Amino acid sequence: MAAVALTAAAALLAGCSSSGGTADNPLAEEKAEKGTVVVGSNNFAESTLLADIYGEALKAKGLKVAYKHNIGSRETTYGLMKNGSVTVLPEYNGSLLAYLDSAAGQESAEAVTTAVKEKLDSRLTLLESSPAENKDSVAVNAATAKKYRLTADSTLADLKEAAPDLVIGGSPEFQTRRQGLDGLRSVYGLRFDSFKALDAGGPLTQSALARNTVQAADIFTTDPTIVKEGFVVLQDPENLFGFANVTPLVAKENLPEEGVEALNAVSAKLDTATLRELDARVQLEKKDPLDVAKAWLASAGLD
Amino acid sequence: MSGFFDIPSDLQHSYLGLIGLHLREALLPVLAGLLLALPTAQLCARLRWLYPPVLGVTTVFYAIPSLAVFVILIDYTGQTELTVMIPLALYSLVVLVPAIVDGVRSVPPETLAAATAMGFGPARRWFQVQLPIAVPAILAGLRVATASSISLVSVGALIGNQGALGNLLADAQRYDRPELALNSVLTTAVLAIVCDALLVLARNLLTPWMPRGTRASAKTARRPEPSEPEGALR
Amino acid sequence: MNVLTYVHAFFADGAHWQGYDGIPRRLLEHIGYTLLALGLAAAVGLPAGLLTGHTGRGGNAVAFVATAARALPSFGLLVLIAVGIGIGLLPVMVPLVLLAIPPILVTTYEAVRSVDPSPVDAARGLGMPEAGILFRVELPAALPLVLSGVRSAAIQVVSTATIAAYVSLGGLGRYIIDGLYQRDYEKVAGGAALVALLALATLALFWGAGRLAVSPGVRRR
Repeated sequence: MAAVALTAAAALLAGCSSSGGTADNPLAEEKAEKGTVVVGSNNFAESTLLADIYGEALKAKGLKVAYKHNIGSRETTYGLMKNGSVTVLPEYNGSLLAYLDSAAGQESAEAVTTAVKEKLDSRLTLLESSPAENKDSVAVNAATAKKYRLTADSTLADLKEAAPDLVIGGSPEFQTRRQGLDGLRSVYGLRFDSFKALDAGGPLTQSALARNTVQAADIFTTDPTIVKEGFVVLQDPENLFGFANVTPLVAKENLPEEGVEALNAVSAKLDTATLRELDARVQLEKKDPLDVAKAWLASAGLD
Repeated sequence: MSGFFDIPSDLQHSYLGLIGLHLREALLPVLAGLLLALPTAQLCARLRWLYPPVLGVTTVFYAIPSLAVFVILIDYTGQTELTVMIPLALYSLVVLVPAIVDGVRSVPPETLAAATAMGFGPARRWFQVQLPIAVPAILAGLRVATASSISLVSVGALIGNQGALGNLLADAQRYDRPELALNSVLTTAVLAIVCDALLVLARNLLTPWMPRGTRASAKTARRPEPSEPEGALR
Repeated sequence: MNVLTYVHAFFADGAHWQGYDGIPRRLLEHIGYTLLALGLAAAVGLPAGLLTGHTGRGGNAVAFVATAARALPSFGLLVLIAVGIGIGLLPVMVPLVLLAIPPILVTTYEAVRSVDPSPVDAARGLGMPEAGILFRVELPAALPLVLSGVRSAAIQVVSTATIAAYVSLGGLGRYIIDGLYQRDYEKVAGGAALVALLALATLALFWGAGRLAVSPGVRRR
């Protein structure tokens, strides 16, 4: 009993010391320590990985960085960006535009970024977009593809007949987003039997689609399981899911110029193939995202 | 990095750090709940008409799922530990008030009369007679509140890494690493059992007059009041 | 906007009353999970509690089971089983049943133990078989306490069944989880209010059941 109590006390102390700084005083969270760049991430693996890449690149330039990982969905993180609790967040330009203005058209990546900047809160801006793209997409599993004769050339419009028989899965926020059920209904006229709330393109969604719990799902185009499980991603000719280039969303005032340069340098080097490879390392090989981030930065000469 | 104790970097804590954080997020609210419950219970024990409405309010509150309270609180206290700890303190309060009131009420009237006859004022009688006799009931309430609190902290993982060991659950899902979930469940259960054992030890130390046999069940002189809310994840 | 405004707005929105995500459907799902979990827990807890209470043996085992079950984190078990075997009803039922067993088991045991021994002795003296003693003497006297144990379990299960939504099942938790990710406070507050109302309805139900089932002679005590 004494040994147990001792261990518990040691753990308590360890907890107090290791959570020092901002975490110690919860109310201080809203205003991060001056000079510290707070890098946030959304609640899916790629977001954590990208945040680690951004954070480590900033550290390499001598900036003080604090991470705030796994915050939630864009609906939540955008609020935290606006009130200044988060300084840098990996974003996807077109997805952000669809969130800010669901009616906005998406003609080109540049036009999208320009449009986003206009709609953004005045304290926020987008830095350079990377060529790396990771869109939402609707994928069906192999069995469904076979049953309804859907191939890689099929479009979302081809799903119209089958949709009423299918259950579609996605993150809870997919249900109310334009780049989600709303847009699928208004742009392609797709009315599914029902919606099953899963996670943001993570293991829940992947396994629900693989096990046919859902027949269609919102899957990220960089998802390594698409190939592994033989999912069929449907074409999106109306460009509902628009452009989704990985782009840092930053709070202008709190990020010094060398930070801007560091993040732009990351964007210049990050392309879709690289992102897929890094995702696979985290999601399939179960490597720690921070290690993957550091290794890539070193190989890209950004550390 | 797929071992049982390989904590993903996004949690920014070591295994021991998570344990410490978990204990802090779970136990501080119980302590706060106890500090609030003592005066509330005293008031309820003295003013009999107050008890039924207090019990009604606490029962309704207890039925509200913790996650809902977390989410509503985010607007006021942000995605912070405080957001997790406030509802836990309230749940502890809800468990402890009836436990203390019942414990205090179980003090036989003749004992109270004896104390009064010995010249004890109300305050002295409360602290030196009623509370000590109510210790078994209070500790029984504390055991339930502590177990519940330790279990509930994990739900904080849903509001942005505020769940200490519960964050391992979210990461287990995010990275498809079941061993992290197993680690979380086992560690949380061990913490709960250790804390429970410590509370039993405390009860035995605080009630040296109680014969060994009756200690096994926390029965007081009266018939037990089993409707005490049990802790759980809501 | 305060919480009540959100709740009102939630209930006033006609869209929340129909379809697979409508209130009636979600409410029925929630009640379904609750009844199933409670039924399974009662099937285990009631006989075990009656037997240990009647024989007076196994009290330590009852206390041990209760402490152990209470130590297991519901949310953790849910995620663990969901990650291990995939989503479905099983990951939800295991934590809910484990949650409901301790209050039912412990209270039933204590209730039977605390029955006045003199009528039990009298019945035994009259040659009543043990099963008769348990069901015709001890159980009627213990019923109010037994019901309070089941009620306590029911309230907890109603409240905790919200976690089913985290592993993509339905129930009222759907509104709370979806509301969190959609940042839609109407849904969160509406869902929480529905759970609280359902808990109150459960309380009322048990109060009514107590009035009907408990013998007037016992009730008057």
